[in-house]
Amino acid sequence: MAITSRGFFGRRSTADAKLPPGQYVTTDFPVLSAGPTPRVPLDKWEFTIKEGNQILRRWDWKSFRNLPAETITVDIHCVTRWSKLGTIWEGVPLDTLFKDITTDAEYAMVHSYGDYTTNLPLADLMNKQAWVAFRFDDDDLAPEHGGPARLLVPHLYLWKSAKWIRGITLMQEDQPGFWEGLGYHMYGDPWREQRYSGDE
Amino acid sequence: MWRVGTVVALHNETATARTIRFEVPDWPGHVAGQHVDVRLTASDGYSAVRSYSIASAPNANRLFEITVERLPDGEVSPYLTQDVVVGDRLELRGPIGGWFVWRREQTEPIQLIAGGSGIVPLMAMTRSRNSTGGTAPFRLLYSVREPKAIWYSNELQALSQRDPSFSITYAYTRVTPNDWPRPAGRIDSALIANATWPSSLGPTCYVCGPTSFVESAAGLLAASGNSSDRIKTERFGPTGDRK
Repeated sequence: MAITSRGFFGRRSTADAKLPPGQYVTTDFPVLSAGPTPRVPLDKWEFTIKEGNQILRRWDWKSFRNLPAETITVDIHCVTRWSKLGTIWEGVPLDTLFKDITTDAEYAMVHSYGDYTTNLPLADLMNKQAWVAFRFDDDDLAPEHGGPARLLVPHLYLWKSAKWIRGITLMQEDQPGFWEGLGYHMYGDPWREQRYSGDE
Repeated sequence: MWRVGTVVALHNETATARTIRFEVPDWPGHVAGQHVDVRLTASDGYSAVRSYSIASAPNANRLFEITVERLPDGEVSPYLTQDVVVGDRLELRGPIGGWFVWRREQTEPIQLIAGGSGIVPLMAMTRSRNSTGGTAPFRLLYSVREPKAIWYSNELQALSQRDPSFSITYAYTRVTPNDWPRPAGRIDSALIANATWPSSLGPTCYVCGPTSFVESAAGLLAASGNSSDRIKTERFGPTGDRK
Protein backbone atom coordinates (compact mmCIF):
# COMPACT_ATOMS: atom_id res chain seq x y z
CA MET A 1 0.00 0.00 0.00
CA ALA A 2 1.60 3.20 -1.17
CA ILE A 3 1.97 6.14 1.15
CA THR A 4 0.21 9.21 -0.22
CA SER A 5 2.36 12.30 -0.45
CA ARG A 6 0.22 15.09 0.99
CA GLY A 7 -0.13 17.91 -1.51
CA PHE A 8 1.59 16.08 -4.38
CA PHE A 9 -0.29 16.13 -7.65
CA GLY A 10 2.38 15.43 -10.25
CA ARG A 11 2.54 16.31 -13.88
CA ARG A 12 0.62 13.89 -16.05
CA SER A 13 0.49 13.73 -19.80
CA THR A 14 -1.69 11.84 -22.23
CA ALA A 15 1.46 10.14 -23.50
CA ASP A 16 1.75 8.29 -20.20
CA ALA A 17 -0.74 5.74 -21.47
CA LYS A 18 1.92 4.39 -23.83
CA LEU A 19 4.60 4.20 -21.16
CA PRO A 20 5.92 1.22 -19.21
CA PRO A 21 5.34 1.52 -15.44
CA GLY A 22 7.44 4.09 -13.60
CA GLN A 23 8.63 5.92 -16.73
CA TYR A 24 8.18 9.55 -17.77
CA VAL A 25 8.49 11.14 -21.20
CA THR A 26 11.44 13.31 -22.11
CA THR A 27 12.02 15.14 -25.36
CA ASP A 28 15.76 15.43 -24.60
CA PHE A 29 18.15 12.58 -25.23
CA PRO A 30 20.02 12.05 -21.96
CA VAL A 31 23.35 10.23 -21.92
CA LEU A 32 24.34 7.49 -19.48
CA SER A 33 27.77 5.96 -19.70
CA ALA A 34 30.07 4.46 -17.12
CA GLY A 35 33.22 6.16 -18.39
CA PRO A 36 34.67 8.47 -21.02
CA THR A 37 33.23 8.32 -24.53
CA PRO A 38 35.49 6.18 -26.74
CA ARG A 39 36.43 7.67 -30.12
CA VAL A 40 36.48 4.94 -32.74
CA PRO A 41 37.87 5.93 -36.14
CA LEU A 42 35.94 4.33 -39.00
CA ASP A 43 39.08 2.88 -40.60
CA LYS A 44 39.76 0.98 -37.33
CA TRP A 45 36.17 -0.08 -36.70
CA GLU A 46 35.20 -3.69 -37.01
CA PHE A 47 32.35 -5.88 -35.93
CA THR A 48 32.66 -9.59 -35.24
CA ILE A 49 30.38 -12.45 -34.28
CA LYS A 50 32.15 -15.12 -32.27
CA GLU A 51 31.37 -18.43 -30.66
CA GLY A 52 33.98 -19.23 -28.04
CA ASN A 53 37.28 -18.17 -29.64
CA GLN A 54 36.08 -18.85 -33.14
CA ILE A 55 35.25 -15.88 -35.31
CA LEU A 56 32.13 -16.69 -37.33
CA ARG A 57 31.75 -13.37 -39.16
CA ARG A 58 33.68 -10.14 -39.44
CA TRP A 59 32.89 -6.80 -41.07
CA ASP A 60 34.87 -3.63 -41.46
CA TRP A 61 32.98 -0.33 -41.72
CA LYS A 62 32.74 -0.44 -45.50
CA SER A 63 31.44 -4.00 -45.74
CA PHE A 64 29.06 -3.37 -42.83
CA ARG A 65 27.64 -0.27 -44.50
CA ASN A 66 27.15 -2.21 -47.72
CA LEU A 67 24.62 -4.41 -45.95
CA PRO A 68 20.98 -3.54 -46.51
CA ALA A 69 19.80 -1.18 -43.76
CA GLU A 70 16.35 -0.11 -42.68
CA THR A 71 14.70 2.81 -40.93
CA ILE A 72 13.20 2.03 -37.53
CA THR A 73 10.81 4.19 -35.50
CA VAL A 74 10.60 3.04 -31.88
CA ASP A 75 10.05 4.15 -28.29
CA ILE A 76 13.08 3.76 -26.03
CA HIS A 77 13.06 3.32 -22.26
CA CYS A 78 15.99 4.00 -19.91
CA VAL A 79 16.19 2.33 -16.50
CA THR A 80 16.78 5.79 -15.02
CA ARG A 81 13.09 6.33 -15.83
CA TRP A 82 13.04 8.51 -18.90
CA SER A 83 11.38 7.31 -22.08
CA LYS A 84 11.67 8.90 -25.48
CA LEU A 85 8.87 8.25 -27.93
CA GLY A 86 9.03 7.84 -31.68
CA THR A 87 12.80 7.88 -32.09
CA ILE A 88 14.00 7.32 -35.66
CA TRP A 89 17.09 5.23 -36.40
CA GLU A 90 18.77 3.61 -39.34
CA GLY A 91 20.47 0.28 -38.86
CA VAL A 92 21.14 -3.25 -40.01
CA PRO A 93 18.87 -5.90 -38.50
CA LEU A 94 20.67 -8.60 -36.55
CA ASP A 95 18.76 -11.12 -38.67
CA THR A 96 20.92 -9.97 -41.58
CA LEU A 97 24.16 -10.22 -39.58
CA PHE A 98 23.27 -13.71 -38.34
CA LYS A 99 22.09 -14.97 -41.73
CA ASP A 100 23.46 -18.46 -42.40
CA ILE A 101 24.87 -18.83 -38.88
CA THR A 102 23.67 -21.98 -37.20
CA THR A 103 24.28 -22.36 -33.49
CA ASP A 104 22.76 -24.08 -30.51
CA ALA A 105 23.86 -21.19 -28.23
CA GLU A 106 20.95 -19.52 -26.49
CA TYR A 107 22.65 -16.42 -25.10
CA ALA A 108 24.77 -13.57 -26.38
CA MET A 109 27.31 -11.25 -24.77
CA VAL A 110 27.55 -7.92 -26.54
CA HIS A 111 30.98 -6.25 -26.44
CA SER A 112 31.76 -2.58 -26.93
CA TYR A 113 34.74 -0.38 -27.56
CA GLY A 114 35.58 0.87 -24.06
CA ASP A 115 35.04 -2.66 -22.68
CA TYR A 116 31.34 -2.36 -21.86
CA THR A 117 29.40 -5.61 -22.03
CA THR A 118 25.75 -6.63 -21.78
CA ASN A 119 24.02 -10.01 -21.99
CA LEU A 120 20.82 -11.02 -23.77
CA PRO A 121 19.04 -14.18 -24.85
CA LEU A 122 19.89 -14.73 -28.51
CA ALA A 123 16.17 -14.97 -29.29
CA ASP A 124 15.79 -11.30 -28.28
CA LEU A 125 18.22 -10.28 -31.02
CA MET A 126 16.35 -12.09 -33.77
CA ASN A 127 13.08 -11.58 -35.69
CA LYS A 128 13.32 -7.83 -36.28
CA GLN A 129 13.77 -7.02 -32.62
CA ALA A 130 17.35 -5.72 -32.77
CA TRP A 131 19.58 -3.66 -35.04
CA VAL A 132 23.11 -2.32 -35.23
CA ALA A 133 22.20 1.34 -35.68
CA PHE A 134 24.47 3.97 -37.20
CA ARG A 135 22.16 6.93 -37.77
CA PHE A 136 19.80 8.74 -35.41
CA ASP A 137 17.31 11.41 -36.44
CA ASP A 138 18.79 11.73 -39.94
CA ASP A 139 22.32 12.25 -38.70
CA ASP A 140 25.34 10.03 -38.17
CA LEU A 141 25.16 8.63 -34.65
CA ALA A 142 27.06 10.97 -32.30
CA PRO A 143 29.87 9.45 -30.21
CA GLU A 144 28.12 10.20 -26.89
CA HIS A 145 25.09 8.26 -28.11
CA GLY A 146 27.17 5.30 -29.22
CA GLY A 147 28.56 6.22 -32.62
CA PRO A 148 29.85 5.02 -34.98
CA ALA A 149 27.38 2.19 -34.26
CA ARG A 150 25.37 0.87 -31.36
CA LEU A 151 23.05 -2.00 -30.68
CA LEU A 152 19.37 -1.06 -30.62
CA VAL A 153 17.06 -3.47 -28.74
CA PRO A 154 14.13 -1.21 -27.98
CA HIS A 155 11.94 -3.79 -26.24
CA LEU A 156 14.43 -3.95 -23.35
CA TYR A 157 15.77 -1.17 -21.09
CA LEU A 158 18.26 0.93 -23.01
CA TRP A 159 21.39 -0.30 -21.17
CA LYS A 160 20.98 -3.48 -23.26
CA SER A 161 21.37 -1.35 -26.41
CA ALA A 162 25.15 -1.25 -26.05
CA LYS A 163 26.88 1.86 -27.38
CA TRP A 164 30.09 1.61 -29.44
CA ILE A 165 29.36 -2.02 -30.31
CA ARG A 166 32.27 -4.07 -31.64
CA GLY A 167 30.99 -7.60 -31.46
CA ILE A 168 28.75 -10.34 -30.16
CA THR A 169 29.92 -13.56 -28.53
CA LEU A 170 27.51 -16.48 -28.44
CA MET A 171 27.23 -18.33 -25.13
CA GLN A 172 25.69 -21.62 -24.00
CA GLU A 173 24.93 -20.23 -20.53
CA ASP A 174 23.71 -16.78 -19.54
CA GLN A 175 26.36 -14.62 -17.88
CA PRO A 176 26.04 -11.10 -16.46
CA GLY A 177 27.43 -8.17 -18.43
CA PHE A 178 28.67 -4.89 -16.92
CA TRP A 179 25.55 -3.46 -15.27
CA GLU A 180 24.02 -6.91 -14.76
CA GLY A 181 26.99 -7.68 -12.49
CA LEU A 182 26.44 -4.43 -10.58
CA GLY A 183 22.91 -4.88 -9.34
CA TYR A 184 20.83 -4.53 -12.51
CA HIS A 185 18.42 -7.11 -13.89
CA MET A 186 19.65 -9.94 -16.14
CA TYR A 187 16.83 -9.43 -18.68
CA GLY A 188 15.47 -5.89 -18.23
CA ASP A 189 11.93 -5.86 -19.62
CA PRO A 190 10.53 -2.33 -19.04
CA TRP A 191 6.91 -3.51 -19.22
CA ARG A 192 7.56 -5.86 -16.29
CA GLU A 193 9.71 -3.17 -14.62
CA GLN A 194 12.74 -5.45 -14.34
CA ARG A 195 15.17 -2.72 -13.26
CA TYR A 196 17.29 -4.25 -10.54
CA SER A 197 18.41 -7.75 -9.63
CA GLY A 198 15.67 -9.19 -7.45
CA ASP A 199 12.84 -7.66 -9.50
CA GLU A 200 10.49 -10.43 -10.64
CA MET B 1 11.35 -3.36 -2.30
CA TRP B 2 10.08 0.01 -1.18
CA ARG B 3 10.97 1.19 2.32
CA VAL B 4 9.41 4.01 4.27
CA GLY B 5 11.68 6.84 5.38
CA THR B 6 10.78 9.61 7.80
CA VAL B 7 12.11 13.09 7.17
CA VAL B 8 14.03 14.00 10.33
CA ALA B 9 15.86 17.17 9.22
CA LEU B 10 15.88 19.74 6.43
CA HIS B 11 18.64 22.17 5.55
CA ASN B 12 18.88 24.65 2.70
CA GLU B 13 22.25 24.53 0.94
CA THR B 14 21.49 27.42 -1.43
CA ALA B 15 18.41 29.33 -2.56
CA THR B 16 17.44 26.40 -4.80
CA ALA B 17 18.94 23.34 -3.10
CA ARG B 18 17.79 21.52 0.01
CA THR B 19 19.25 18.64 1.97
CA ILE B 20 16.76 16.13 3.35
CA ARG B 21 17.76 13.69 6.08
CA PHE B 22 15.82 10.44 6.25
CA GLU B 23 15.57 7.90 9.00
CA VAL B 24 14.77 4.43 7.65
CA PRO B 25 14.32 1.70 10.29
CA ASP B 26 15.22 -1.12 7.89
CA TRP B 27 17.91 0.75 5.92
CA PRO B 28 20.56 -1.80 4.92
CA GLY B 29 23.39 0.75 4.75
CA HIS B 30 25.04 2.21 1.68
CA VAL B 31 28.39 2.75 0.01
CA ALA B 32 29.53 6.27 -0.88
CA GLY B 33 28.44 7.10 -4.43
CA GLN B 34 25.21 5.07 -4.48
CA HIS B 35 21.79 6.54 -5.13
CA VAL B 36 18.26 6.04 -3.92
CA ASP B 37 14.90 6.13 -5.71
CA VAL B 38 12.25 8.39 -4.16
CA ARG B 39 8.57 7.77 -4.95
CA LEU B 40 5.82 10.34 -4.52
CA THR B 41 2.20 9.23 -4.82
CA ALA B 42 -0.80 11.51 -5.35
CA SER B 43 -4.12 10.86 -3.63
CA ASP B 44 -5.54 9.19 -6.77
CA GLY B 45 -2.65 6.74 -6.97
CA TYR B 46 -0.57 8.52 -9.63
CA SER B 47 3.09 8.25 -8.71
CA ALA B 48 6.41 9.62 -9.89
CA VAL B 49 9.87 8.31 -9.07
CA ARG B 50 13.25 10.01 -9.36
CA SER B 51 16.77 8.93 -8.43
CA TYR B 52 18.93 11.02 -6.11
CA SER B 53 22.53 10.48 -5.10
CA ILE B 54 23.15 9.96 -1.41
CA ALA B 55 25.18 12.81 0.12
CA SER B 56 25.99 11.41 3.54
CA ALA B 57 28.67 8.98 4.69
CA PRO B 58 27.79 5.38 5.43
CA ASN B 59 26.79 5.07 9.08
CA ALA B 60 25.21 2.62 11.50
CA ASN B 61 22.35 4.92 12.49
CA ARG B 62 19.85 4.10 9.72
CA LEU B 63 20.19 7.68 8.51
CA PHE B 64 21.07 9.13 5.15
CA GLU B 65 20.80 12.45 3.35
CA ILE B 66 20.10 13.54 -0.19
CA THR B 67 20.50 17.05 -1.57
CA VAL B 68 17.96 18.04 -4.20
CA GLU B 69 18.21 20.94 -6.60
CA ARG B 70 14.92 22.51 -7.57
CA LEU B 71 14.45 22.32 -11.34
CA PRO B 72 12.06 25.02 -12.60
CA ASP B 73 10.11 22.54 -14.72
CA GLY B 74 10.63 19.55 -12.45
CA GLU B 75 7.89 17.20 -11.34
CA VAL B 76 9.42 15.86 -8.13
CA SER B 77 12.17 18.31 -7.14
CA PRO B 78 9.84 21.27 -6.40
CA TYR B 79 7.90 19.07 -3.97
CA LEU B 80 11.05 17.82 -2.25
CA THR B 81 12.60 21.27 -1.96
CA GLN B 82 9.49 23.27 -1.02
CA ASP B 83 6.66 21.10 0.31
CA VAL B 84 8.28 18.39 2.41
CA VAL B 85 8.34 19.03 6.17
CA VAL B 86 9.99 17.23 9.06
CA GLY B 87 7.90 14.24 10.02
CA ASP B 88 6.74 13.44 6.48
CA ARG B 89 7.05 9.82 5.42
CA LEU B 90 8.26 9.05 1.90
CA GLU B 91 8.79 5.84 -0.02
CA LEU B 92 12.39 4.97 -0.86
CA ARG B 93 14.17 2.22 -2.72
CA GLY B 94 17.84 1.49 -2.47
CA PRO B 95 20.66 1.89 -2.09
CA ILE B 96 21.35 1.31 -5.79
CA GLY B 97 24.51 1.15 -7.87
CA GLY B 98 27.83 -0.65 -7.63
CA TRP B 99 30.05 1.14 -10.16
CA PHE B 100 30.27 4.81 -9.23
CA VAL B 101 31.29 4.07 -5.64
CA TRP B 102 34.29 4.65 -3.40
CA ARG B 103 35.06 2.03 -0.75
CA ARG B 104 37.17 2.57 2.34
CA GLU B 105 39.53 -0.21 1.25
CA GLN B 106 40.70 1.91 -1.69
CA THR B 107 44.06 3.48 -0.87
CA GLU B 108 45.07 4.92 -4.27
CA PRO B 109 44.88 8.69 -4.95
CA ILE B 110 41.36 9.80 -5.71
CA GLN B 111 40.43 12.58 -8.11
CA LEU B 112 36.93 13.95 -7.75
CA ILE B 113 35.53 16.29 -10.40
CA ALA B 114 32.10 17.81 -9.80
CA GLY B 115 29.97 20.01 -12.00
CA GLY B 116 27.22 21.82 -10.06
CA SER B 117 24.94 19.41 -8.22
CA GLY B 118 27.24 16.58 -9.33
CA ILE B 119 29.03 17.26 -6.05
CA VAL B 120 26.55 15.09 -4.13
CA PRO B 121 27.97 11.56 -4.60
CA LEU B 122 31.50 12.99 -4.40
CA MET B 123 30.59 14.62 -1.08
CA ALA B 124 29.47 11.22 0.16
CA MET B 125 32.92 9.85 -0.78
CA THR B 126 34.68 12.76 0.96
CA ARG B 127 32.55 12.31 4.07
CA SER B 128 33.04 8.54 4.02
CA ARG B 129 36.80 8.96 3.94
CA ASN B 130 36.68 11.53 6.74
CA SER B 131 34.30 9.59 8.98
CA THR B 132 36.52 6.53 8.92
CA GLY B 133 39.77 8.42 9.43
CA GLY B 134 40.82 7.47 5.92
CA THR B 135 44.15 8.68 4.61
CA ALA B 136 43.78 8.01 0.88
CA PRO B 137 44.84 11.28 -0.79
CA PHE B 138 41.80 13.06 -2.24
CA ARG B 139 41.64 15.99 -4.63
CA LEU B 140 38.39 17.69 -5.53
CA LEU B 141 37.95 19.92 -8.56
CA TYR B 142 34.55 21.56 -8.17
CA SER B 143 33.08 23.60 -11.01
CA VAL B 144 30.25 25.98 -10.13
CA ARG B 145 28.55 28.87 -11.83
CA GLU B 146 29.36 31.38 -9.11
CA PRO B 147 30.60 31.43 -5.50
CA LYS B 148 27.13 31.36 -3.95
CA ALA B 149 26.31 28.19 -5.87
CA ILE B 150 28.79 26.10 -3.85
CA TRP B 151 27.12 23.37 -1.81
CA TYR B 152 28.57 22.21 1.54
CA SER B 153 30.91 25.21 1.43
CA ASN B 154 31.77 25.51 5.15
CA GLU B 155 32.20 21.79 5.61
CA LEU B 156 34.47 21.50 2.57
CA GLN B 157 36.56 24.42 3.76
CA ALA B 158 36.94 22.94 7.25
CA LEU B 159 37.90 19.53 5.87
CA SER B 160 40.54 20.91 3.54
CA GLN B 161 42.02 23.13 6.26
CA ARG B 162 42.54 20.40 8.79
CA ASP B 163 43.50 17.59 6.43
CA PRO B 164 46.62 18.08 4.29
CA SER B 165 45.77 15.09 2.10
CA PHE B 166 42.43 16.57 1.02
CA SER B 167 42.57 19.56 -1.29
CA ILE B 168 39.96 21.51 -3.24
CA THR B 169 40.19 23.61 -6.38
CA TYR B 170 37.17 25.65 -7.38
CA ALA B 171 36.47 26.57 -10.98
CA TYR B 172 33.89 29.27 -11.67
CA THR B 173 32.13 29.27 -15.00
CA ARG B 174 30.31 32.63 -14.82
CA VAL B 175 31.27 34.75 -11.81
CA THR B 176 34.49 34.48 -9.80
CA PRO B 177 35.29 35.85 -6.33
CA ASN B 178 37.23 39.13 -6.29
CA ASP B 179 40.92 38.76 -7.13
CA TRP B 180 40.43 35.20 -8.31
CA PRO B 181 43.47 34.24 -10.42
CA ARG B 182 41.61 32.28 -13.09
CA PRO B 183 39.03 34.01 -15.25
CA ALA B 184 35.54 32.54 -15.30
CA GLY B 185 35.36 29.59 -17.65
CA ARG B 186 34.88 25.90 -18.02
CA ILE B 187 37.42 23.32 -16.95
CA ASP B 188 40.18 23.14 -19.57
CA SER B 189 43.37 21.17 -20.12
CA ALA B 190 45.49 23.70 -18.22
CA LEU B 191 43.30 23.35 -15.14
CA ILE B 192 43.34 19.56 -15.44
CA ALA B 193 47.15 19.70 -15.59
CA ASN B 194 47.41 22.03 -12.57
CA ALA B 195 44.67 20.80 -10.27
CA THR B 196 44.40 17.04 -10.73
CA TRP B 197 46.72 14.16 -9.87
CA PRO B 198 49.37 13.36 -12.45
CA SER B 199 48.19 10.31 -14.36
CA SER B 200 51.51 8.60 -13.49
CA LEU B 201 50.21 8.20 -9.90
CA GLY B 202 47.38 6.03 -11.19
CA PRO B 203 44.48 7.86 -9.55
CA THR B 204 40.92 6.65 -9.76
CA CYS B 205 38.83 9.53 -11.11
CA TYR B 206 35.14 10.13 -10.39
CA VAL B 207 33.40 12.68 -12.60
CA CYS B 208 29.80 13.71 -11.95
CA GLY B 209 27.67 16.48 -13.40
CA PRO B 210 25.60 17.46 -16.39
CA THR B 211 26.26 15.43 -19.53
CA SER B 212 28.21 18.08 -21.44
CA PHE B 213 30.38 18.75 -18.37
CA VAL B 214 31.17 15.07 -17.88
CA GLU B 215 31.85 14.51 -21.57
CA SER B 216 34.36 17.35 -21.50
CA ALA B 217 36.05 16.60 -18.15
CA ALA B 218 36.32 12.84 -18.76
CA GLY B 219 37.76 13.52 -22.20
CA LEU B 220 40.38 15.88 -20.74
CA LEU B 221 41.35 13.32 -18.09
CA ALA B 222 41.79 10.65 -20.76
CA ALA B 223 43.78 13.05 -22.96
CA SER B 224 46.14 13.79 -20.05
CA GLY B 225 47.07 10.13 -19.80
CA ASN B 226 44.54 8.66 -17.38
CA SER B 227 43.43 5.17 -18.34
CA SER B 228 39.78 5.03 -19.42
CA ASP B 229 39.01 2.22 -17.02
CA ARG B 230 40.06 4.44 -14.10
CA ILE B 231 37.69 7.25 -15.08
CA LYS B 232 34.24 6.61 -13.65
CA THR B 233 31.44 8.87 -14.73
CA GLU B 234 27.90 9.65 -13.71
CA ARG B 235 25.88 11.98 -15.90
CA PHE B 236 22.51 13.59 -15.58
CA GLY B 237 20.39 15.94 -17.61
CA PRO B 238 19.93 16.24 -21.36
CA THR B 239 22.70 16.37 -23.91
CA GLY B 240 22.15 20.06 -24.45
CA ASP B 241 23.71 22.52 -22.04
CA ARG B 242 21.06 23.88 -19.71
CA LYS B 243 23.43 25.66 -17.35
